[in-house]
Amino acid sequence: MFGNLTIGQYIPGDSLVHKLDPRVKIFITLVVITVLFLVSTMAGYGLVLLFILGAVLLAHLPMRFVMRGVRPLLFILVLTFGLHLFMNEGRVLFRVGPLVAPYEGAFKGFAMSMRLVLLVLATSILTLSTSPIELTDGIESILSPARVLGVPAHELAMMMTIALRFIPTLLEETDKIMKAQMARGADFETGNVVQKAKSLVPLLVPLFVSAFRRADELAMAMEARCYRGGQGRTRMKQLRVGAKDILAAIGSTAALVAVAVYL
Amino acid sequence: MEEMIRAENLGYQYGSAGDMRHTALRGINLSIRPGEFVAIIGHNGSGKSTLAKHFNALLVPTSGTVTVKGMKTSDPRNLWRIRQTVGMVFQNPDNQIVATTVEEDVAFGPENLGVPPAEIRRRVREALECVDMVEYVRHAPHLLSGGQKQRVAIAGVVAMRPECIVLDEPTAMLDPSGRQEVMRTITRLNRDEGITVVLITHFMNEAVQADRVIVMESGRIVLDGHPRKVFSEVETLRALRLDVPQVTELAYELNKEGAGLPDGILTVEEFADAIAGASHESRAMEGAEDGRAHPMSIVREGADPARDRRAKNSEGSDRAGCRGRAATAWCGGG
Repeated sequence: MFGNLTIGQYIPGDSLVHKLDPRVKIFITLVVITVLFLVSTMAGYGLVLLFILGAVLLAHLPMRFVMRGVRPLLFILVLTFGLHLFMNEGRVLFRVGPLVAPYEGAFKGFAMSMRLVLLVLATSILTLSTSPIELTDGIESILSPARVLGVPAHELAMMMTIALRFIPTLLEETDKIMKAQMARGADFETGNVVQKAKSLVPLLVPLFVSAFRRADELAMAMEARCYRGGQGRTRMKQLRVGAKDILAAIGSTAALVAVAVYL
Repeated sequence: MEEMIRAENLGYQYGSAGDMRHTALRGINLSIRPGEFVAIIGHNGSGKSTLAKHFNALLVPTSGTVTVKGMKTSDPRNLWRIRQTVGMVFQNPDNQIVATTVEEDVAFGPENLGVPPAEIRRRVREALECVDMVEYVRHAPHLLSGGQKQRVAIAGVVAMRPECIVLDEPTAMLDPSGRQEVMRTITRLNRDEGITVVLITHFMNEAVQADRVIVMESGRIVLDGHPRKVFSEVETLRALRLDVPQVTELAYELNKEGAGLPDGILTVEEFADAIAGASHESRAMEGAEDGRAHPMSIVREGADPARDRRAKNSEGSDRAGCRGRAATAWCGGG
C-alpha cells in the first residue's frame, strides 16, 4: 500500500538548476522570500512570478507538478482573499448584504494571495530540484558557522539523514504489522473517525516498540563505526561553489533586489 | 606473534543490582591471533554476542580484561583506535545502514575517522569491489536484498581498514542465497586480505569453514579447537543441544555401526574420500578406480544444487533421506 511513495518530492534531473550548489539555491530562495515581502505593486509580483517561472523552465520541471504544490493552499487562499476583500475601506466594488467589498480590498486580497502562492512556488522549486541529501548537506554547511553559538548543525543534519533513511524501512514495517494484525482479525477500514483512530493502537504500539529497538541497534552500529559527533569528521562529498554558482547567485540577487527597490 | 585479541578471566554482568543482575560471561580466557578465522557457536543466551561486543569495546568487562593489540578496552583513551582496529557487523542489516545511498553509507566510517575526501572515495571504491557491490554505488539501501545489504554493511567496515572484523550472526536474517553471498565475502576477506575474522553463527556449515571453532555455554567456553576436533565431540555437542554438520553426524552414526571412518569429517568431499578409502580397503582386490567411483557418485548426488535447495526447504526429512541414501551406498560399497 505504500509502494508508490516517493521520499520528499525531489525530481531527479541534470538541469542547470539541479547542478547548482544547494547552498546557493537556499540563498536565492531566501532572497525571493525577502523580496516578496518588500514589493507591493502588481508589477513587482508579476516580475517575481516571471523569475520563478523562468527557474521552473530552466530546471525542466513539469509545470503540472510544480502547481500541485499550491493545491493544499486553496482554502487559505480563499480565506485570505475573502478577509482582505471585506475588511478594507474605499471605493465600493460590490455589496453582499451588510458586507462591503471595496476596490482596495480586492487589490490587497489579490496581492496577499499572490504572495502566498509565490512563496510556495519558490520553496517547491528548491525541494523539487535538490535531493534531500544535498539539501541536508547544504543546511549543515550554512548552519555550521552558528556552531559557536551552540547550534548543533551537524546533529540536525544527521537526524535528517537518518529520518530519510528510515522512512521507507518504517513504512515497510507498518505494512507488515498491518497485515499481521488483519490476519488476526483487526479491522482498520470500517467505523467512524474515533473507531478508526482506536483501531490504530494495535498498529502503532508494535511500530513504536520496533522503532526504539532499531534506534538502539543503529546507535550501537554507529558507535562501532567510530561515530562521535561532528568533531573531526570529514565528508566524502565536498560542496564546492563554482563560477556558475556565483553567477547565478549574483544575477538573481541583483534582479530581485532591483525589483524590490523600484517596484 | 602479537595477539589480535586477548581476554583474560573476562566476566560480564548485565544490570547493576538485585534481580536485574544477570551474569552473561564468566572467566573467559581467550587469545585470537592475527589472520585467524574463528567461529563462535552456542545457542541463544550462551553469551556469544556479549563476548563479541567486548572485542571492540562496545561493552567493557565487569571483571578481568580484554586487550586488542595490547590496548586495554577499559581505557577510554584507546576506544577509537580499538574500534578502528576491530570492526563489527551486526545481525540486522537494516539497523546498521546509516545513509540513504550505498556509497554514502560505506563512506560513513572513514568520514568519522577524519579521512580526507579523495582518500574516502578511493576507499569506498575498494571496499565495494571487495564485497562485489560496485554496480550498486548509488542505490538506495532499502531496495537491496538482505545479502546485498549485509555486504554493504561489511564494505562499510572494510572501508575503515580494520585488522579484524567481528560478525555477530550476519547471516541469521538472510535467505540461503544471501547466506552464501555473505559467507563467500567473509572467507575472501580472511584469505585474500588477511583480515582476522570472528564469526558468530548458528549455522554449523558456516562454522566448519573457520580455522577454529569456539563453543560457548552459559557464559563459558566449553570447547575450543580446530573444527575437526570440535565436531568430533558429537556427544558433547548433543548434550549442549547443538547441531553437528550433517556429514559429520552421518559419519559418527556409521562409525557407531563399526564403519571405521576417521573422526571429524566436515565436508561432503572428505566424507566421499573417506568412504572411498574404506571401501577400497575392504575390496583391496578390486581396482581403486572402481571402488572410488561408486560412493563418490552417490555423494555427488547429495551435492546436486536442486537437491540442496530441497534440503533447505525440508531439512529434517531430507536429512533422513540423505542418511538412507548414503547408508545404502555404504552397504553397496562394502
